[in-house]
Amino acid sequence: MANRIDTTFTSLKTEGRKALITYIVAGDGGFDLTENAILAMEQSGVDIIEIGVPFSDPIAEGKTIQEASLRALRSGTTLKGVFAMVERLRQKTDMPLLLMLYANTIFRTGTEHFFAKCEETGIDGVIVPDLPYEEHEEFSSVSRIHGVHNISLVTPTSHSRIAKIASAAEGFLYCVSSTGVTGMRESFTTDFDAFFGEIAKSAKVPYCVGFGIRNGEAARKMGSYCDGVIVGSAIVNKVAEYGENAVPEIEKLCTELRKGLDHSL
Amino acid sequence: MEKIGRFGDFGGQYVPETVMNAVTELQEAYERYRNDPQFLAELHDLYRNYAFRPSLLYYAEKMTKDLGGAKIYIKREDLNHTGSHKINNALGQVLLAKYMGKKRIIAETGAGQHGVATATICAYFDMECEVYMGREDMERQALNVYRMELLGAKVTGVDSGTKTLKDAINEAMRDWATNIETTFYCIGSVMGPHPYPTMVRDFQKIIGEEAKAQLMEKEGKLPDCVVACVGGGSNAMGIFYDFIPDKGVRLVGAEAAGRGIDTPDHAATLSKGDLGIFHGMKSVFLQNDEGQIAPVFSISAGLDYPGIGPEHAYLHSTGRADYVAITDEEAVQAFEYLSKTEGIIPAVESAHAVAAARKIAPTMRPDQIMIINLSGRGDKDVQQIARYRGVKIDG
Repeated sequence: MANRIDTTFTSLKTEGRKALITYIVAGDGGFDLTENAILAMEQSGVDIIEIGVPFSDPIAEGKTIQEASLRALRSGTTLKGVFAMVERLRQKTDMPLLLMLYANTIFRTGTEHFFAKCEETGIDGVIVPDLPYEEHEEFSSVSRIHGVHNISLVTPTSHSRIAKIASAAEGFLYCVSSTGVTGMRESFTTDFDAFFGEIAKSAKVPYCVGFGIRNGEAARKMGSYCDGVIVGSAIVNKVAEYGENAVPEIEKLCTELRKGLDHSL
Repeated sequence: MEKIGRFGDFGGQYVPETVMNAVTELQEAYERYRNDPQFLAELHDLYRNYAFRPSLLYYAEKMTKDLGGAKIYIKREDLNHTGSHKINNALGQVLLAKYMGKKRIIAETGAGQHGVATATICAYFDMECEVYMGREDMERQALNVYRMELLGAKVTGVDSGTKTLKDAINEAMRDWATNIETTFYCIGSVMGPHPYPTMVRDFQKIIGEEAKAQLMEKEGKLPDCVVACVGGGSNAMGIFYDFIPDKGVRLVGAEAAGRGIDTPDHAATLSKGDLGIFHGMKSVFLQNDEGQIAPVFSISAGLDYPGIGPEHAYLHSTGRADYVAITDEEAVQAFEYLSKTEGIIPAVESAHAVAAARKIAPTMRPDQIMIINLSGRGDKDVQQIARYRGVKIDG
């Protein structure tokens, strides 16, 4: 079966649209909230969802996602619970779903068992922030057997590494907008023309930008450089701020992001 | 793909892409300078004239008689400038940072010994220094916080997670990812992504090289047993490394068993941990079934870490080194014992090694020799030990 990430990017390309990818921490505010938020995001124009699996020590995350992970863990979120939620979601949606999680969660579960479970429940890809190019095969050798994409990341500090990472990427390439950890930023200092120029030379898959995109205007600006934008902390913030009433706020934000992105050329 | 920086299956470079270029740059710089005569000459000059090396190999006569087994020698790393073995590594890394043209140094610290060592050498080289320290450790080791500030470093308290060493490392890694182009991360132990476990071990291996030569001079032979405490494991790797090829030398690491390894309150990674991937390395970690890193506990802030350096995990897996778990109570008793018996107040970390030695030495013959690595001095711990014993002292 074709991977939903690939088919989604193919149809987006045909329609001349860019991908809106959003991130939410599983179990933050309870699984019902996560599930409802994901379905609402799909209705508000989101194309692909990254489901964050909370980890005790999220070294690549800023405050917003650190705190959300902690809330989710405190309320008893487990990987088993996340897979159960994915099974429920798959009754209702066929959109691409990815898991964003730390290497130890996969490794400790058992790499083979983990990716078999992804295939069985309908997870299309994983993003592992502490798995650089050098260690990609730790999971890729198994994930590819199960038709799950192991998404690669490039950053402005990747420099000469961009070519090898971009050319080996599968699904889509996750381009990190700036140095540092996840979180909303007021402004960027990266030279985007140079950064994306370098990426464009080698990427064989669509490339999308994330880290620090917080509103429709930022989505419009950043979308112009690539095939899609990824929004995480701004969504997670809504859960922190509005709790069980977060879904309408998340819908509102996604509608704004979609509008911004659709004006991006 | 060729696996670099591995000890068997352990080690590797499991870090975010943002810091990967810096890790590679460090790896290249270290490869370039590790055998560079000028770099090594400068480092050894600092070892000798700034850190006060070689440290003594001291014959602990009273302890030997009292325990009635092996002849006991103590490698006195506590006599180094700044009071522990941590200066060996801090000198090496900060000197390397200087060669690389970096101006800002960050470090994590548990007990404060690595932070103090790093702050010291940054003061000496006139470099900017920021040390991350768990809020709980800042309270346990208030004296070292003030020492670092006296030395001109900025100490940043970490309030996330368990507010101890692991969280200080998380926060230092986040700082590194943010300020990657200007900043050198001076990791305090034989852990993290390659090249750190190898590089830190190389900067510490002088402990074992000296001990071997000193014992040869005194006794004309190798020791039968070498004992060191293990948190991340840098002082132990430092004294073990030169003895690894000498198969007759038993190597023993003493982990922190806190309130006991059958309670949830310990930091005995090799006794109770499982294989995992964390803090840049594949190694053994205390964790739950889903891979969440476990909160750990030890009276010793320096051993209070849920993982262990990959080379130790390797030595453990091959059986080349043994690891024993020492409880808080045993460590405190050893702290008091060494103070009264030899007039040497050990760091509470090093007291774990002394406690292990007290168990092992009596099982050995009088013609056998044991070396205890006394990784640090105990001034910093006096107040906490008093508190543990329920003794009220001022300050």
